[in-house]
Amino acid sequence: MKGFPAYASTWDKTWHYLFRIICCVVFIFLMFPILVIIPLSFNAGNLFTFTPEMLSLDPEGYSLRHYRNLFESPDWQVAMYNSFRIAPVATLVSVSLGTLAAIGLSQGHMPFKHPIMAILISPMIVPLIISAAGMFFFYSRIGLQGTYFGVVLAHAVLGVPFVIITVTATLSGFDKSLTRASASLGAGPVRTFFKVQMPLILPGVISGALFAFITSFDEVVIVLFVGSAKLKTLPWEMFSGLREQLSPTILAVATVLVSLSVILLTLVELLRRRSQRLRGLSS
Amino acid sequence: MTTDQVSLRRRVKRSLRIQKLRAFLLVAPLLLFVLLSFVGPIIDMLFRSVENQLVGDTLPRTVAILRAEEIDDNWQPGDRLFAALYIDLSIAADVKNHTRVASRLNYEKAGIASLFRSTGRKIRNIGSKEYEKLFVDLDKSWSTLDYWEDLVADLERQAALPVTTTAFRQWQQDHIGRGNDVSKLDPNNAFHVILLAELLASPADVIAGLAPLHRENLSAIMAIRDQFPPIEYRESFLEFSNKWADRDVWTTIKRYSPRLTEGYFLNAVDLKKGNDGVEARPEQERLYIKIFLRTFAMSIIITLTCFILGYPVAYFLAGLPTRYANLFLILVLLPFWTSLLVRTAAWKVLLQEQGVINDTLVFIGLIDHANRLAMINNQTGTIIAMTHILLPFMILPLFSVMKTIPPSFVRAARSLGATPLTAFLRIYFPQSLPGMGAGMVLVFILAIGYYITPELVGGNNGTFISNRIAYHISSSLNWGLGAALATILLAVVVILYWTYDRMVGIDNVKLG
Repeated sequence: MKGFPAYASTWDKTWHYLFRIICCVVFIFLMFPILVIIPLSFNAGNLFTFTPEMLSLDPEGYSLRHYRNLFESPDWQVAMYNSFRIAPVATLVSVSLGTLAAIGLSQGHMPFKHPIMAILISPMIVPLIISAAGMFFFYSRIGLQGTYFGVVLAHAVLGVPFVIITVTATLSGFDKSLTRASASLGAGPVRTFFKVQMPLILPGVISGALFAFITSFDEVVIVLFVGSAKLKTLPWEMFSGLREQLSPTILAVATVLVSLSVILLTLVELLRRRSQRLRGLSS
Repeated sequence: MTTDQVSLRRRVKRSLRIQKLRAFLLVAPLLLFVLLSFVGPIIDMLFRSVENQLVGDTLPRTVAILRAEEIDDNWQPGDRLFAALYIDLSIAADVKNHTRVASRLNYEKAGIASLFRSTGRKIRNIGSKEYEKLFVDLDKSWSTLDYWEDLVADLERQAALPVTTTAFRQWQQDHIGRGNDVSKLDPNNAFHVILLAELLASPADVIAGLAPLHRENLSAIMAIRDQFPPIEYRESFLEFSNKWADRDVWTTIKRYSPRLTEGYFLNAVDLKKGNDGVEARPEQERLYIKIFLRTFAMSIIITLTCFILGYPVAYFLAGLPTRYANLFLILVLLPFWTSLLVRTAAWKVLLQEQGVINDTLVFIGLIDHANRLAMINNQTGTIIAMTHILLPFMILPLFSVMKTIPPSFVRAARSLGATPLTAFLRIYFPQSLPGMGAGMVLVFILAIGYYITPELVGGNNGTFISNRIAYHISSSLNWGLGAALATILLAVVVILYWTYDRMVGIDNVKLG
C-alpha cells in the first residue's frame, strides 16, 4: 500500500482507515452467513450453533452424519432427482428461444423493439407470487398444473430475461462487419451464424444459460403452486423444512448448494473474461 | 424521377421490409411463448378480481326476483321469493354448489355460510317425500331419469311449463359442470314439487299439446292434485332458521349478484358495500391497508439499509484497480449466486435464540443468558435477511456507474480548495446519482413483491402483502380477494418498472 502524502491530516488518515473498516464490515455481513453454515453442517450434534467440542477443534465434534442423512433420505433423493430433471430442460428452452430473440432484437431494423424488450424482461420484475398465482389458475384450466411439463414451461419463462440480457449485452459489442466479411467470402447466412457469430457470442449464451439454470434450480414459489407432491424439488424440500422444523440436514444441503454456486460463479467469471478478450476489450 | 430511381427506391424499401420481417421472425417464437405462458395467465388471473358469476349462476331465480324488488325498512321476504329460493337451493344442494355460494357470500356477511349449509341439508324435507310417493304410486316411470328427460324434451318443444324445464336443464348442466356423470343420477325429488306447483299455476290446456304418454301422465297427476299437501315455503324456511327473515341476508345476496363486482377491491382496501354505498369495514376486520403500508415501510427501510451499506462498498470497489476490484467483486457476486433459500436458512440459523449470534453475545457478556435477543420471526429478521439478499442488486448498478466517474474531477475540486467533504458532495455524489436511482428502484421493486423470506423469517408481524396473496390463493381459497390484492401490487410494480425504464433503460440492465 502506498504511503500517505505529506499534506495528509490526521483526519484524512483516520478517515482512510475508518472507511476501509466500514467496507470490511459490509463484506463480512455479505459473506459471513454463507461461510458460517459450512462448518455448522459438519456438526456432530443436532444443534445449530458451535458446540464447545467444535470450537476446540476436537474431531469428536465433527461428523458427516447430516451428509449421510442427505444422501440416504428418499425425500431428498427425489428432490435432487426432480431438480436435476427440471432445470436443464427449462434452461434449454429459454436459451434456444432466448438466443434467437436476442439476435433479432439487436438488429437495427427490429420493429417495436422497446415494448417487446419490456415484455421479455418482465418475468424478472413481476413478483413471483403473482406469476405463480396466474400460472396456477391458467395451467389448472388447461390441465398442465401438477405436471412436469407445466413446471418446465413456467421455469423456462423465468429464465428468459437472463438469457436476453446476457446475450444482447454480448451482441452489443459484436462487430457487424464480420458477418459482412463472411458473406462477401461466400458463406450463406446459416454458415455465417454458426461459423462467425455463434462462436463470438457463445460466452454470453453460456452465462445466460447458467443464470437460467440457477433461476430454475433455486426457484420455489412457482413449484409450490404449479408443481405437485411428486415434483418436489430441492428448494421445495428446503422451504418446507425451514417452515416446519429446522433439521440440520438443511445445512448439509445448503453447503452443497453453496459449492454449486461457487462453481457456477467461477464459470461465469471465466466466460466473461473470455468474451472480453474475444471482443478485443482485454482485461 | 427516372424509372431507375423509382425501382431502386422500391428495391431498397423491399429489402428493408425483408430485414424487418426477418428480425421479427427471430423474436416471434419467444414473444409468443412469453405471452401465452406468462402474460396471458397473469391477465387472466387479474380478471378474477372483478369476476362474480357464482351467485347469479347458482341462484338465478332468487336473484331475478330480488333485483326487481326494492329492499327498504318495511320489506319482508315473500312466499314467491322463498319458492324461487327453494328451486335454486334444491338444485344447488343436489349438485353441492350451495357450499361454494355460501363461502362466497360469507366473505361479505359472516354467518351466511352456516345458514346455507344447514338449509341445504334440510331442504329435501320440504314436501318432496310425499310428493314423490304420490307420483311414483301412479306410475313407476316418474322415478326414472329417462322418463324425465323425455318429458322435458317434449315440454321444451311445446314451450309448456318453462319453470320445470329450466330447473331440470340447470340441474343437468350444473352436474356436468362439476364433472358428474348425469346418466347415473336419480332425478331430484324437488322436480315433483316444482312440476305440480307449475301445473297448478298454469292454464288447464297447457298439457294438451304434449305427446299422448306425457298428456296422460300429467292428467293423472292433476286428477289427484287434492291429495298433495300444500307447501308453505316461507314457513318451512323460517323453521329451518329464523335468519331467513333477516333483511341483511337478502340484501347481501342482491348486492353480490351482478356478474362483475368491485367488492373484492373494496375488501382489499378495507372497505365494503353498505346500505348507503361504500363504507369502512369495522375496526377488527381492517387488515389490508395495514399490511400494504407495512410492506411499503419495510421495503423502504430495506432499500435505505441496502443503500447505506452498498454505497461505501461500491465507492471502494470503483476506486480499486480493475484486477483488485474483480477480486473483491467476488465477495458481492458469491452471495448473489447463492440460493435464496440457503441465505434465508443461514439467517434463520444465525439469528435464532439458540443461534450463533446470540451465543456469541452471551459469551462476550453483552447480554445475559435470560435476555437473548429475539431477532427472528419478526420484522427485524425480515429486514436483516432481505437486506443481505438484495444488497448485491444495489452494489452492482452503483459500481457500474461509479466506474465511469473520472477521478480527476474530484482531484480538480480539491486542488481548487474544496474540502474532501465538499468535493464529494458537490462533484462525486451528483455523478453517482444515476447508479443510486437504478439500484434503489431495483431493490425496492424486488422487495415489495418478496414472498419466501418474509414467509420463513417474518413471523406474524414481519409478513408482506405477497404472503396474504399466497394465503388467499392456497389456504382460504378466496381467489377473488387474492386476485384483487395481486392487481394492486402489480399496478405498483408496473409503475416502478416504468420509472426504472425511464431512468436506466431496460436494455441497460446488467448482471454481474
